Amino acid sequence: MFPFTLEKASSTEAAIAAAATGARYIAGGTTLVDLMRDEVERPDRLVDINRLPLGGIRVEGEDLVIGALARMAEVAADADVQRLQPLIAESLIEGASPQLRNMASMGGNMLQRVRCPYFRMLDVGCNKRTPGSGCAAIEGLNAGHAILGTSDHCVATHPSDVAVALVALDATMRVQGPQGERSFAVEELFRLPGDTPHLEHTLLPGELIVELRVPGGPYARHARYLKVRDRASYEFALVSAAAALAIEDGVIREARIAAGGVGTRPWRLRACEAALAGRKPDRQAFEEAAQLATEGVRPLHHNAFKVALLPRTIVRALEMAGEVA
Amino acid sequence: MTNQHLTPSGKAGTDENSTPASSPLSRRAVLQLAGGAASLGAIPHGAALSAEPARTDAMAVEAIRLVVNGEPKELELDPRQSLLDVLRETLDLTGTKKGCNQGACGACTILVDGKRIVSCLTLASMHDGAEIQTIEGLNKNGELHPLQEAFVKHEGLQCGFCTSGQIMSGLGCIAEGHARSPDDIQFWMSGNICRCGAYPGIVAAVADAAERS
Repeated sequence: MFPFTLEKASSTEAAIAAAATGARYIAGGTTLVDLMRDEVERPDRLVDINRLPLGGIRVEGEDLVIGALARMAEVAADADVQRLQPLIAESLIEGASPQLRNMASMGGNMLQRVRCPYFRMLDVGCNKRTPGSGCAAIEGLNAGHAILGTSDHCVATHPSDVAVALVALDATMRVQGPQGERSFAVEELFRLPGDTPHLEHTLLPGELIVELRVPGGPYARHARYLKVRDRASYEFALVSAAAALAIEDGVIREARIAAGGVGTRPWRLRACEAALAGRKPDRQAFEEAAQLATEGVRPLHHNAFKVALLPRTIVRALEMAGEVA
Repeated sequence: MTNQHLTPSGKAGTDENSTPASSPLSRRAVLQLAGGAASLGAIPHGAALSAEPARTDAMAVEAIRLVVNGEPKELELDPRQSLLDVLRETLDLTGTKKGCNQGACGACTILVDGKRIVSCLTLASMHDGAEIQTIEGLNKNGELHPLQEAFVKHEGLQCGFCTSGQIMSGLGCIAEGHARSPDDIQFWMSGNICRCGAYPGIVAAVADAAERS
């Protein structure tokens, strides 16, 4: 690990001032420490934000507000989260391990780096790690890689589960930076790789995620997260789907669907949602809608199975959501 | 096979996995020598690759206090030191094991302020004032903790390397209320890998201790 200095921020303003002059934020550290040890990340200044008052979970009207420093485990176990937004709790519990969920913050979860093995191998090309060095995954072992949103420069998936749920639920985030505060949709945080895969998010220099806001909706309590992976727990998704349904008088009024494990960012599926509005929540409707998820896919040598697995996962997630609806 | 692990100078000690043959030193002493040489080697390496003066700041020292198994400790640390390395190398509490060193195996699980975490993925300097519990703190007056007894009774181990992590994680699992059924235990203990495959015994031990707690 390269040497660095560690600053302990006593206020949000002090943390932002440090970050504005080049320090990197560290909260749970579960991604950053690992990547620093592998020398993929080489910050020379860290600012520890764990003592800032950015934790906690609260309810404001219909909205659930989650502090950026709330830990994954704490959010998943919270009674208000389970009652108002069970999709958030379920997607959190399906991610990482109990130990990591005790450590990792919600803000850090949004900003976690990719799990592409080539990103961590310093002796092979990775445009995300070293712009212009090529992408070893495109011709490499790419069973876990993306089929949607890829480019000729990067095919890594975004690894978060809860981000898939947040994108499905139209969550927003509030950030604070040297120029003040702003709020925007969580979905807008994530960039597509294009020809600049080293630029992963839309935060401005020094900006800090301070909270996530999940609006209530008629579908919020009838929502499920299904994660398909190589083992039953503690594994990244091959394909996952978040599905939420508002059903009135036996007809789907509104649907929310997003997928993980298939896209270079959490992948909202608005065409599938639109196809379900006004339909009866049955297998045929689910299958017809799910077929629209694979529009524009670019499968690689080892991950073509995801093209078939994606609609099947969506259908099953919709059936699960239908059972609680 | 060379005896380079026995030489604290030069480039010795980069391979912790090779077996020191006919060594007059204990395996642990050899590994500590090796680890010391490797970490001494790491500082000039990082500084030499650096073009910026900030990276020559290898001597940055963080003063922190920890309470480890009830005992207060005052430490001066390099900010790069993981909590795992401080326990093992600085405090000589080698019951906590270094398995993968990347948060994937759970062998280094400890309790920090009562919560189970993997100590390899966290910087010790970020835990000023924390209360740490390791496997060494579990027995009371020479008596094993009930969960340790249950691991013996149900043979929740074969080689034993993962065991201290399994037990510390099991304590967390029981305290969280996630040890209500074998399925529950399997899911909530999934952050702890046992390559010998002693899982049936591990699940039985956690279930047994949970019932008695």
